[in-house]
Amino acid sequence: MNGFGVLLKRELAMAWNRGGGPAVALAFNVCAVTLLPLASGGSLDKLKLLAPGFSWVALALASLLSLERLFERDYEDGALDLLALGPAPLELVAVAKCLAQWVCTGIPLAVFAPIAATALGADLALAPLTFLCALIGGIGFAFVGGVGAAVSLGARAGGVLIAVIVLPLFTPLAIFGGGAIASLAMGLDWRPGLLFLSAYSLLFLALGPFAMAMACRNALS
Amino acid sequence: MIREVRVENLALMRGDRLLFQGLDFSLNAGQAISLVGRNGAGKTSLLRAIAGFLRPWEGAIAFEGETGPLEPEDARSRGLHMAGHQDGLKASRSAETEFLFQARWTGASEAGIAKAREALDLDVLFDLEVRKLSAGQRRRLSLGRLLASQRPLWLLDEPLAPLDVDHRRAFGALMAEHLANGGMILAAVHDPLPIDTDTLDLGGLGGLDQDQDLGEDRA
Repeated sequence: MNGFGVLLKRELAMAWNRGGGPAVALAFNVCAVTLLPLASGGSLDKLKLLAPGFSWVALALASLLSLERLFERDYEDGALDLLALGPAPLELVAVAKCLAQWVCTGIPLAVFAPIAATALGADLALAPLTFLCALIGGIGFAFVGGVGAAVSLGARAGGVLIAVIVLPLFTPLAIFGGGAIASLAMGLDWRPGLLFLSAYSLLFLALGPFAMAMACRNALS
Repeated sequence: MIREVRVENLALMRGDRLLFQGLDFSLNAGQAISLVGRNGAGKTSLLRAIAGFLRPWEGAIAFEGETGPLEPEDARSRGLHMAGHQDGLKASRSAETEFLFQARWTGASEAGIAKAREALDLDVLFDLEVRKLSAGQRRRLSLGRLLASQRPLWLLDEPLAPLDVDHRRAFGALMAEHLANGGMILAAVHDPLPIDTDTLDLGGLGGLDQDQDLGEDRA
């Protein structure tokens, strides 16, 4: 097995267990989605309007959960030194970490997203697009989140700092993803939203690893 | 592969403190150097600078291969091991998983892994979670990758400190074997290593007076 494969296997195993892994992210999502009807007064018409957007907000928040430990644990115990001295550059190490984060958190959340939206009263016809948007948006969440996690390495209260760095960068994902679903609900063309969502996710997939590697090198020096 | 490490006129800063300046030395194939000096003299920082984590304030660190100078990035990612008190082992994972990851990530062959398991007596640790290991057992596990994947330059930070007498002796023999095969060792130590080494004293650089310290520290 080559170096990247060895690393990816380790990252997947760790992401699956990190902070409870997908189970905790899903449980968080369920709780958030349950709170909305309780807090908004239970008018079904109102709920139906809010459902797609709110399930998207819950998705963004749930994907924040395990970010704090994405780089921090390896930084604290010295494993990041070892990762920096391996066969793959730190840029690829960052890619492996974010891919594992997407597989272990993003994909389970994407599977749950249409269920949550439908439970809140969204039209069943929206479910496939909701899944697709959550799946692609999940790549954006993972790579944007990775940048936040790397930049806040070594900072006290890193978890809160990550949220403050990352949530503004989630804005385009929320606008395009939520927008595509809302467009479909209103019978408009949903493709531009999906394409912009994909473009933003790909942008961070391409550029994020360089920022993460730079931030890691800075933290190690 | 690395045949020589040359440090020229090196100065390192930590924060706004100058650790040392004007450091010149070279480490050649088959040579071991003990790095001594007081706490805070910059021993670990020098190791981290050679490993590429700290940028020199002044001066240069160069790696020479058999056919001339090596690209530093390449030399580091394939030619050196660094082992210190921060071993990178994950407390919640099994010793076997962690050892195999560290070994394979740094390019170990299956033969190398088998050799490390035998030489450092690792099999008895494999079923345990890393958190259940003692300091000495953890150190054996993290030194295992040095044997498992062949890299010529070993940067060691107090490598023997937590080991028991038998394992100190065993690792001493393994270090001697590494040197005989053309390896290089630079080790920050307070207690002398059980092999022949040259000594590099950082305690006296950077304005610390050190005439007295070595004899006393070692006594």
